[in-house]
Amino acid sequence: MEKKWEDMTSDEKQEALFQGWLSPQGVEFASPEAEKLYKERATRIKDAIQLKKLPDRVPVFLIPSFAPAYYSGLTPHDVMYNYDKIAPAWKKFYTDFQPDAHGGPFVPSPGKFVEILDFKLYQWPGHGVPPETTYQCIEGEYMKADEYDILIHNALYFLYYIWPSRVFGALEPLQTLPPLAGLTEMYGVSLPFIPYGLPPVKAAYKALLEAGDEALKWIGAVGAFLHEMPALGFPAYQAGATKAPFDVIGDTLRGTRGIMLDMYRQPDKLIQAMEALTPMFIQLGVGAAKQNGCPLIFMPLHKGADGFLSDEQFKKFYWPTLRKVIMGLVDEGVVPFIWAEGGYNSRLEVIRDLPKGKTAWLFDQTDMAKAKKALDGIACVGGNMPMDLLTVGTPEDSKAYAKKLIDTCGKGGGYIMANGAFFDEVKFENLKVIVDTVKEYGVYK
Amino acid sequence: MAKDLVSTLADLKEQEALKIVEGRLSAGEEPLKILEDARKAMELVGKRFASSEYFMPDLVYSGEILKAVTDMVKPRMSKEAEIKRVGKVVFGTVAGDIHDIGKDIVVFMLDVNGFEVYDLGVDVPAQKFVEKIKESGAPIVGLSGFLALAFDSMKQTIEAIQAAGLRDNVKVMIGGGQISEEIRKYTGADAYGLDAMAGVSLAKKWAGAG
Repeated sequence: MEKKWEDMTSDEKQEALFQGWLSPQGVEFASPEAEKLYKERATRIKDAIQLKKLPDRVPVFLIPSFAPAYYSGLTPHDVMYNYDKIAPAWKKFYTDFQPDAHGGPFVPSPGKFVEILDFKLYQWPGHGVPPETTYQCIEGEYMKADEYDILIHNALYFLYYIWPSRVFGALEPLQTLPPLAGLTEMYGVSLPFIPYGLPPVKAAYKALLEAGDEALKWIGAVGAFLHEMPALGFPAYQAGATKAPFDVIGDTLRGTRGIMLDMYRQPDKLIQAMEALTPMFIQLGVGAAKQNGCPLIFMPLHKGADGFLSDEQFKKFYWPTLRKVIMGLVDEGVVPFIWAEGGYNSRLEVIRDLPKGKTAWLFDQTDMAKAKKALDGIACVGGNMPMDLLTVGTPEDSKAYAKKLIDTCGKGGGYIMANGAFFDEVKFENLKVIVDTVKEYGVYK
Repeated sequence: MAKDLVSTLADLKEQEALKIVEGRLSAGEEPLKILEDARKAMELVGKRFASSEYFMPDLVYSGEILKAVTDMVKPRMSKEAEIKRVGKVVFGTVAGDIHDIGKDIVVFMLDVNGFEVYDLGVDVPAQKFVEKIKESGAPIVGLSGFLALAFDSMKQTIEAIQAAGLRDNVKVMIGGGQISEEIRKYTGADAYGLDAMAGVSLAKKWAGAG
């Protein structure tokens, strides 16, 4: 009889998630070749991550931002406002370049949706930045310095009402809503509902419902991609995403300036808040992995990079709760697919403190020889294909760099070739050369 | 004697530093002297950042304490402080890119190293750089950008400086997340820097102050 999930070890859970991914449910392969390709690719990635078996060759990922739009002659604005154009462009990108996995079609968030809600956290193509430009974050103090206690003791209330009322202009009236806790008796049951009858709150809910319609329209246009790509032989390299608690607070709640002042003025509260967020961000990843039948959960890391924090600050503020999120995922069999933006040279010794074969680290500007050495036998490494090379380099440069990376990191497996940062418009012939070089030069014998 | 403001501020002891300032002000000390000490403290902060003793949070915090000190001192001042500057720099994040964290650090470091910095902000059109160079006569220009799209904006900005006949009057440095020698060549900049200190060294060299 099959073991129950809760009785499995984390090794068994990981294996079970990988097996589900290797034989995706509900996918009808387009051809026997597509099925063979899918299984070869998924197995290759699994072997590179688990560090148990040498893969047949180095896996190669292309991790784009709006590049698929540019490749099809479209701007970010085009795809954010014409949902039907997304899937064909993303499909063309992956089928033309033939990397070993796809990343889903969700880079272009629906433009009309963010308009309806008057999203303040980002500027997007045609709204604050030019149509041919990617969306960009506007940092601010969306959580005030004196609100840590609410976040610590009532995180859901804060994240469901207070924070949205600040980052979505249309939801501002939500800040007047009281928590519904206390609804235990008939006496007084209606009191917390009074604001719901007021015109501003009604307008906010009307906007929410309209935004829901728009989100539904968008997913209706792009959702099928998630089945179509496996059917064509491409496993997904992410089932969803989660974040380091320090980045959650530093990126979108307090902002860089805010969190850095908090490190001095209220370090204990900051740490308590990160602890309070930790289980939520574990659950976010675990839920997505189970729901989408893929063990890999993307984790973009932002403010722990070289230069942002001292070693001491990294060890005190950034790493402990990041490690807890990572281990929470690992315990449930999920593979954190960690996207370490910027440089991570000064962090390599710290991040080694992880169990073997449970994580994959994709680096941006980290010294890859050092990264491989530090994580050898601990975690799969990858990334680092530089943005300047993709943008202004020649195909010959790209080939030479790819070969050098394989020589540096490929030995013994545990390596994935990939770009180091999200990319938009690049010299597309360079991508082709990189993928082809891996297929020719990255074979394990 | 009360504790030294220079070291207290440079050590980022906010409450203590503010108390010292309060004490010195109520003792009737010349506000300019207090500001001069604060400036020395920021110089020390800059040095510690340059030697990797301090990092971003420390810079951010020192700036915050300095602001509090200035807010206390300014109302008591009869005349503006005259600070000797070693050179002028026009600085900004190029068109299409709204990232400011990196830019702000370099501007901060240039400022504490004695430069007069004209910070044009983010998403700065090429023409605005040109106008500011003309108006200020600054011989140094810093272009910042985080996204790869900034490569083209930097190139266009430098072309606009050229078209305005100002290219020979200025040295241009670029910096940001993905900048390299290849990108320097592509944009036509004179130099690039990988971190704030590289920017300061370049500016000092070009201003003949280093």
